[in-house]
This record gives sequence, C-alpha cells and structure tokens, in this order.
Amino acid sequence: MLKKLSIAAIAALSLSAGGAIAAGGESHIHDVDFSFEGPFGKFDQMQLQRGLQVYTEVCSACHGMRYVPLRTLADDGGPALPEDQVRAYAAQFDIYDVEKDEDRPRTPADFFPEGGDPNAPDLSLMAKARAGFHGPEGTGLNQLFKGMGGPEYIVSILTGYTGEEKEEAGTTFYANTAFPGGWIAMAPPLYGEDVEFADGHSNDLHHEAEDTAAFLMWAAEPKMMARQKAGFVSVLMLTLLASLLYLTNKKLWAPIKGKKFDG
Amino acid sequence: MSGIPHDHYEPKTGAEKWLDSRLPIVGLIYNTIMIPTPKNLNWWWIWGIVLAFCLVLQIATGIVLVMHYTPHVDYAFASIEHIMRDVNGGHMIRYIHMNGASLFFFAVYIHIFRGLFYGSYKAPREITWIIGMLIFLMMMGAGFMGYVLPWGQMSFWGATVITGLFGAIPFIGESIQTWLLGGPAVDNATLNRFFSLHYLLPFVIAALVVVHIWAFHTTGNNNPTGVEVRRGSKEEVKKDTLPFWPYFVIKDLVGLAIVLVLFFAVVGFMPNYFGHPDNYIEANALATPAHIVPEWYFLPFYAILRAFTADVWVVMFASWITGGIIDAKFFGVLAMFGAIAVMAIVPWLDTSRVRSGRYRPMFKWWFRLLILDFVVLMWCGAMPAEPPYSTISLIASAYWFAYFLVILPILGVIEKPTTPPATIEEDFEAHYGKPAE
Repeated sequence: MLKKLSIAAIAALSLSAGGAIAAGGESHIHDVDFSFEGPFGKFDQMQLQRGLQVYTEVCSACHGMRYVPLRTLADDGGPALPEDQVRAYAAQFDIYDVEKDEDRPRTPADFFPEGGDPNAPDLSLMAKARAGFHGPEGTGLNQLFKGMGGPEYIVSILTGYTGEEKEEAGTTFYANTAFPGGWIAMAPPLYGEDVEFADGHSNDLHHEAEDTAAFLMWAAEPKMMARQKAGFVSVLMLTLLASLLYLTNKKLWAPIKGKKFDG
Repeated sequence: MSGIPHDHYEPKTGAEKWLDSRLPIVGLIYNTIMIPTPKNLNWWWIWGIVLAFCLVLQIATGIVLVMHYTPHVDYAFASIEHIMRDVNGGHMIRYIHMNGASLFFFAVYIHIFRGLFYGSYKAPREITWIIGMLIFLMMMGAGFMGYVLPWGQMSFWGATVITGLFGAIPFIGESIQTWLLGGPAVDNATLNRFFSLHYLLPFVIAALVVVHIWAFHTTGNNNPTGVEVRRGSKEEVKKDTLPFWPYFVIKDLVGLAIVLVLFFAVVGFMPNYFGHPDNYIEANALATPAHIVPEWYFLPFYAILRAFTADVWVVMFASWITGGIIDAKFFGVLAMFGAIAVMAIVPWLDTSRVRSGRYRPMFKWWFRLLILDFVVLMWCGAMPAEPPYSTISLIASAYWFAYFLVILPILGVIEKPTTPPATIEEDFEAHYGKPAE
C-alpha cells in the first residue's frame, strides 16, 4: 500500500514537474505501475495484444523488430495469439526469398520485418536498451526497487512531447521532456485515439503509450515469466537446501563446541 | 603433502595397494580433503569455496554458450539474441553466466579483503598471496574479454578504451595496441582473439587455483588469530584443528547455499541490474555512448586510472623528470596497474610482527578506511570525470597507495599490538566453550 502510494505520489510529482521543465532541460522519466514489475509480476496478455496493435498500426511504419521471431507471438507468457492468427499476421508482411528469387509472404518461422526508415532504431531490444532510472546520485538504487525503467522511458518519450518544433540542417526536431537533450527527431507518433482496441480498452494517449511499452518489454524479454518462475523455484529450493545444511552443520559442530544438539 | 602432521592415507586392500603403487591418486585426494584446518575459522573463510564454485559455474555455462554463439562482428549480437530467445533454457544459462561474473568478483573482493585483514599474505604464505593476485589479474582479463563478446555498444567502446591504455605506453604503445587488436581498431580480428582467450583463461585460472591450494596446504590455513597451528605432534595438531571433511566442507556449503539464494534471486528477478543498457544496442563504431562505463567490478581501478589528470602535481613532476615521456594518460595506466601491484607486494610492505588485524588497534581503523576507500573509488568510477568526482577520485586513489606504501610499513613500527591468544585451541574455547568429553 505504502509502495503504491509513494509510486502514485512520485508519478503525480513527476507529471506536474514534467510540465514545468522546459524543453532542452534534463530528460524526465516518470514511473509507471506495470503489471510485469517485481518478482511476481506477469505480462498482461490483453495489454500485449493491444501493444502489438499499436506497434503494427503506428510504430512499424518506420521501426522494425529484426530479432523477434513472429512465431513467438503464440508463446505462453507473451501475447499468446492463436496459431492461425499468427500465420495470418505474418502473411501480411512480404520477405525476399533467396531460393525462389522473389518475394513471398512471411510465415511464423520468419522474423518481424526490419524498419523502413534507416534513422528509426530497431525496437526488438529497446525496452532493455534504455534505463529510465539512474538515481539517486547515479547509484542506480531506483533500478533496484523499480526495475531498469526501460518501459517507463518509452512511455515518457511517447507522452513527453510539448508541441514545440525546431528545424536544424533540414531536419525537424520535436521538443520532448524525456529525450536526452530535449529534442528528438521522431515526430509525435501517438496523439490519443490513434487505434481502436477490439477489447474496448481506453485508447487515450497514456494508455496507448503504456500498452506499447508493455509490448516492447515483452519483445525485449520474451522469456521473462519463465525466468521469474525459474528464479522463484531456485530460490525456494536453495532456501530449503541452505536450511538443511545449516542444521547438519549445527549438529556436526555441536560436540566440538561442547553443545547439545536436539535437532 | 608436507606441512602439518596428520594421518595419511594407507592403502589396505590388495586393489588399493595395487593402484597406490602405480598412481597414488586416492591418497592425494584423501590427504587434500582431510587436511587439518584451524578449527576457529570464521564465516569470512567460506569465500574460497564460493570462488571455486564460480569457476566451475562459469566454465560449465560458458561451454554451453559457446555451442550457440558466433564470434563474428556480423553475427555475434544476433547469436546472443538467438540464445536468449530460441535455445532451450538459453536465457537462464546466459543470465547465470553474466551474473556469475559479478558473483565471482564480489566473492574475490571479500576473499582478498579477508586476507588483507587477517594478514593471510604474511610469511610463510607469500606464494599463496602472489598466486592469488595472478588469479585476480587473469579474472580481470577474462571478465573484460567476456564482456566484449556480446558485441554491444559497451562491449565495443569498453574494448576501445581499455586496449587504448596500451597505446599510452611510450614509443612502443601503438605497435602493441595494433598487435593486441589485430588491426588499427576494434574489429572482427579483436572479437575473435578475445573469444579465443576468453575460453583459454578460465583453464589457466583453474591451474593457478590448484597451485594456490597446493601452496596453502603446504603452509596450512591462516586463521582469525593469525596464530600458527602447533605442529609438535599429531595430538597437538588435533587440539588446534579439525579435518576439512566433513567439518569445513559442510560449513562452507552452508555459506555457499545462502550466497546462491541471493544469486538466483538476482538472476531470476533482476538479471540486468549489474549490466549496462547500452549493451543491448549492437556495436556501432560511428556512435560513441555518452558515458563509457566498465562493469561495476572494474570501477575502483577505472577511477584510479582517470584520477591522475595532467594538472595533478605528481603527474606534472613525473612528466618533467622524464622529459615528457610519462604523460597523464600513461601515468594513469601505471597508477591502475600499480594499484594492483602494491597489493601484490603487501607481504613485504607490512612490517608488523603480529599477523591478524584483530590484535592491531590502529591497523583496524586504517583497514576500515581502506574498505570505505574502495567503495568510494567504485562510486567515483561510475561518475563522469568532472568536479567534484575527479577530486574525490584523486584523494581516494592517494589513500589506496598510501595505505600500502606508507601506512602499513610505519604502523608495524609505531603500533603497540594487543596480545593474541597463545594457541588456536584457546581462542576457540574462549568463543565456543570446551568440546564435550
């Protein structure tokens, strides 16, 4: 409860502060309460599907995800789309087939297409390639409690446009409170109500941004839930092992230390 | 093995005698594992086992990773993603290997500072200490080259910065740097040789570990009192020691299991905490990251490297007296390696006749300050090289050298140590009481 409250307070503070900081100032990342945070966090399957929709309809116009195999859209612990939907999804992107020397529709065995714009970075690992939190004082302690902050960075970028623009050497830059340096070459990709969600979920700017960030976190770390489960089992079993070894050790040393052991 | 007298292996059956007269391997294992160990060893003595475990863990996970990794600039980054996404359990193996390096260094730093506090480096254990320092250097090499293999941005730029250090050597530096890299800049040739050496070094370390153990099995373990085991007879030895198996094996395993609980919590729940986000961006020779930061375990030495800038008087003096041959960059390199070198020769710098820091009232405080100094250096290494961090780094670096070169030699002369117990038995009984009759 206290954690929730403090996160809400920090988020509120950062939101209000975000407006106050003029473009060009320090990059500003606000905390978002994602379902997948913490040792017991889980990806929200519906959120990942919504994020996939935003990615497909908006982001993929410029960006790609060259390291993400399309088949993983069907994986448990991910968007978990039915197989036929994955096949249909894959088929809308063409790929050059070296053997046939012609383009063919992609299959689930292929990867997501690469981006069309050479200046748009690949998004496969974006959620792990950015750290939203560094502080306090560069100690990285916030990362210990809130995760690295990659998804928060993405949400902050997507919602951090102030509306200001400037032109330098023929390129338009847009003021963004989250981007280091304050000016980003990417035009605001989302304004709110850019996509219609089939599940009727709110499509205002902030929700779209959160769904996109959650999807990109999955794309960067598709085995997160399996990893946390493995971690949980390991910690549990090793705690048991440590306890048994502790008792064994106590019994073993008891006569040496002149103590009685009633274990 | 020589050293403390104890019961040696005696082959009894015909088969045992047959083997023993041809290859005394059972005896070797028996004598190693039954070595008399001071019974007053405290929990700071478990880190040797943790380190041995780390070495095995890194080799085991590393061998599997190599089966799926491609050491080529065009494929290395993608092959890591292949491991993370497609290889069965690959994400766990890779995260264990990645964080295993952190555990390895965490353990080695505690192990080293334990040795520094209890005077484990002092005669007759100098060789054990020196071999340990060699292992530490090899670990640094293996850790550094391993970090280059994923071919991320920090891999590339870390490799560029660190190999650039060799370029700072006067006259021959640039040739050495080119020879190390296999070309004018970090590229495919560099990646390939680092891969080869990263596979080789752990086995060199394993061999050195055998020598390390051999050396301290010859002298016997140090212990918290620094008082030697009485060796007049086997009976006397038995009052001060217990056989390594089962007493210390079980105790060490308790420690290891607790450490592993924390380790797997990190691997399972925050595997990227000790890494740098930039390493999830593929290496790009045209885009320099805003801050090039080494892994956390190199930060103290990185801080020392950067502390000696051209405006520091020792650097100006060194530059003036050598006619400019030693510039600030080369001085920094000398300081960084010097920081390890002064630690390596500490057996001959510490003049105190009392071995354990437990009985050295003044030493205790300087030692605590050294620990704090190490932490401060680590923090400075992560900070940008600008005021006030540059000044703090300089002061902290100066203390590091002062501790080994000035404080330890003087302390031995001016300090009045308290009296250690006469025997290990006495110390043990004072802590735990007498053994049951």
